[in-house]
Amino acid sequence: MTETRKITRRAALAGLSTALATPAFRPSFAQAAPIKIGVLHSLSGTMAISETALRDTVLMMVEHQNSKGGLLGRRLEAVVVDPASNWPLFAEKARELLQVHKVDVTFGCWTSVSRKSVLPVFEELNGMLFYPVQYEGEEESRNIFYTGAAPNQQAIPAVEYLMGPDGGEAKRIALLGTDYVYPRTTNRILRGYLNSKGITDADIMEEYTPFGHSDWQGIVARVKRFAGEGKKTAIVSTINGDANVPFYRELGNQGIKAEDIPCVAFSVGEEELAGIDARPLVGHLAAWNYFMSVQSPANTEFKNLWQAYIKNPRRVTNDPMEATYTGFNMWAQAVAKANTTAVDAVRTAVIGEKFAAPSGYTEEMLPNHHLSKPVMIGEIQADGQFNIVYKTPAVVPAENWSQFIPENANRRRG
Amino acid sequence: MKRTILLLFLLLAAMPARAQDAFLAALPGLGGGFGAQVEAVGQLGTLGDPRALPILTALSEGRLLRLADGTLLIRDGTRLLNAATGAPVDVAEADTQRVTINNRVRGALRGALGQLQIISPNSAERLAAADAIFRARSAENVPLLDAALARESVPEVRDRIALALAASRLVATNPADKLAGITALGETASPQARSILLEARAANPEVATQIDAAVAAIDQRLAIRRAAETLFQGLSLGSVLLLAALGLAVTFGVMGVINMAHGEFVMLGAYTTVMVQDFARDIPWLQPWSLPIAVPAAFLVTAAIGAAMERGLIRHLYGRPLETLLLTFGVGMMIQQAVRLIFGAQNREVISPPWMQGTLMLPFDIPVTANRLWILCFSLVIFGLILAAIRMTRFGLEMRAVTQRRPIAAAMGIRTGRVDALTFAFGSGIAGIAGVALSQIDNVSPNLGTGYIIDSFLVVVFGGVGSLAGTLIAAFGLGVINKMLEPWAGAVLAKVFVLVAVMAFIQRRPRGLFPQKGRAAEA
Repeated sequence: MTETRKITRRAALAGLSTALATPAFRPSFAQAAPIKIGVLHSLSGTMAISETALRDTVLMMVEHQNSKGGLLGRRLEAVVVDPASNWPLFAEKARELLQVHKVDVTFGCWTSVSRKSVLPVFEELNGMLFYPVQYEGEEESRNIFYTGAAPNQQAIPAVEYLMGPDGGEAKRIALLGTDYVYPRTTNRILRGYLNSKGITDADIMEEYTPFGHSDWQGIVARVKRFAGEGKKTAIVSTINGDANVPFYRELGNQGIKAEDIPCVAFSVGEEELAGIDARPLVGHLAAWNYFMSVQSPANTEFKNLWQAYIKNPRRVTNDPMEATYTGFNMWAQAVAKANTTAVDAVRTAVIGEKFAAPSGYTEEMLPNHHLSKPVMIGEIQADGQFNIVYKTPAVVPAENWSQFIPENANRRRG
Repeated sequence: MKRTILLLFLLLAAMPARAQDAFLAALPGLGGGFGAQVEAVGQLGTLGDPRALPILTALSEGRLLRLADGTLLIRDGTRLLNAATGAPVDVAEADTQRVTINNRVRGALRGALGQLQIISPNSAERLAAADAIFRARSAENVPLLDAALARESVPEVRDRIALALAASRLVATNPADKLAGITALGETASPQARSILLEARAANPEVATQIDAAVAAIDQRLAIRRAAETLFQGLSLGSVLLLAALGLAVTFGVMGVINMAHGEFVMLGAYTTVMVQDFARDIPWLQPWSLPIAVPAAFLVTAAIGAAMERGLIRHLYGRPLETLLLTFGVGMMIQQAVRLIFGAQNREVISPPWMQGTLMLPFDIPVTANRLWILCFSLVIFGLILAAIRMTRFGLEMRAVTQRRPIAAAMGIRTGRVDALTFAFGSGIAGIAGVALSQIDNVSPNLGTGYIIDSFLVVVFGGVGSLAGTLIAAFGLGVINKMLEPWAGAVLAKVFVLVAVMAFIQRRPRGLFPQKGRAAEA
């Protein structure tokens, strides 16, 4: 009896050690050092709500790439740091990634202010950053690749839609935003655009509120009054973060229906709608370059990959996650093409790289370090998803220097 | 004679057949592109065929499905019905595709549903229909509305139909109709009527003077209403400030404990609401009561945590305000992070009961949002209860005795330690109740409390530490001033102005609006 048990245990041990030693147990890699992927997203503080999902997206891609055999026969390894929604800390952490961990590429940042904070570090140390969020443009660094939308790929087509027959032919626009650089720059571009379309300043209302503003009754009442001057009115919202929930609740309570005053938002996606009862908001709009409801084989693959990785079949995907996914794939393709991870070689290789993105379109990295992307307008539905009511027939090349800002008159156009 | 009867018979037979044909002919358009949908919806509305009603309702509610061959189906609960015949169909829902609409179709649907529902036997439906036609306004609807007005008996619905008729007449070609429409609209105090009049002004230069007069008349009525609206908004903001500050008025004002974790107690109250609602979700009869139940629940939860905090930590630091400040600040951060770990960083959804949604009309047509009106009343009730508890109960008496002169109170046989714990628990519990109310207007996230802590201290200090009446007046005063400044200064600057004004005031009167007098003030 004792004898048998001993043998069994020994057999088991032997079996285990064989299993561990067998290369078939995990993908085999040559003995080369791993390729290091830096992840620079806030995991604590105010931005953690949005950025945690992006960290998970990069980790998912690293795991996925390794399961396909890594890159150049080398394993990928993620280096995750937490800049804690603290803008100067972003620069410190970027320096740490580049100098201490010697990462080959970094995926990171959400707010424009954090990007502005790390830009000099990446330029000084010749690093490579993929930035996945729609932003206000007016920037072009040789060390940064912008995989989110430039204003001409989001804000302007959205306003064009509102002024078109399907959007309700709006003649007056209320620009509501949170008080920081992205909304102010975007609204400046939009004002230039609207003026060029014959909408005078008298028909434009512009209001800013602090981060986390929760008392919207006065502003919404003023928008109602502004809309009551006999011209079809629409709201363009660059309200960011937490302030959106009370804003939409106030819209619902004051009975502003999407048929009367549609509101198009640039920072509200599937994740943000998770905390709101979306029923009173049906018909209000959002402009992005990707919605989870896009029907394309690439999107099915992306959603399956994500929900399997996060082990939750109800988790949503959103635009910045798709931009991270696309950016990662483009980088991997460029590394394979250049046969090295050296920043200068990859930088040249990635220009002109094409990828069939989950948006259902083939997106291309342009010489101005931005992508060509489709523009989509979605209407909010009762379940918090978007019903795509408009998309551009082809991809739109990014214009990071807006033609509607007078100072850019002499700039070259991407 | 015979021939006439025959003709009549033929006519009668042909009429429904033709209507039916038109009905069936318009139907497939509903499954087409947005342009085709708008056209089909318009046709179905004008046809007035009652069978269109369930189909259009299904379309507007997202229950209209399409098979691959273009057949339209209605989802009715778990059954699928053929839209054209109303007969149940045996198809798997996976084989169907939902018919989607956009805002333009939604607008057309509203008009068509209005046309179909104006003959409904249900007066609420007729009211909604009149409003829908008012917004859609088309000259075609004038005869329909005339007929509806003639047989309408409910006065409220009559008024609305008359308004819809006026708006529809405005776009008519007949000048007399137009003038009648303008006059009727000018007698209202409705911003929508004003908007419609201004819209019509450019198209009808011949009646511009009448329109201007009508708009001026509406403006005059609106000016009074606007002032009332601003006042209400200010009171509403004040009620939020009051709720947030009341708990602090007890812990800081009465006890003198600088409790930086106060905001976190508010947040815990909001999370208690979420938990009560989650619990009530599966129990139908409990659902409408989840919010009222959350009030005592939040009070008990936060009061218990407050009592534990006072007994465990704060009582060791009485008389050392700086240490108390740091300690409570740290505890606040721990509570916040604990909530983040347990519930996640994402916002939690709080359901508003139906009686807290939408807009109510006060006398003189002053619109107020229901949730804010309830919160205003709620804050006053809570204020009254606190005042009563402090003034009229044994506990209140002991509390005042201990805070005024601790050794004497102890000598009179009051167990001061117990009173301290209870007072702090009381203040914390009130913060929890505030959380229940705030969950209805703000995000329920771990950061909820941080936004209110500064405002709370501001209100308590401005009102005069230790004075509950001061807290009340300071909260409403700051709210109203803020809202009066907002229209011309903007939300950001208005807040800055208020802060500067309070700072200037505190410079001159450091003890606030209602300073405490007597020996207690020096203690």
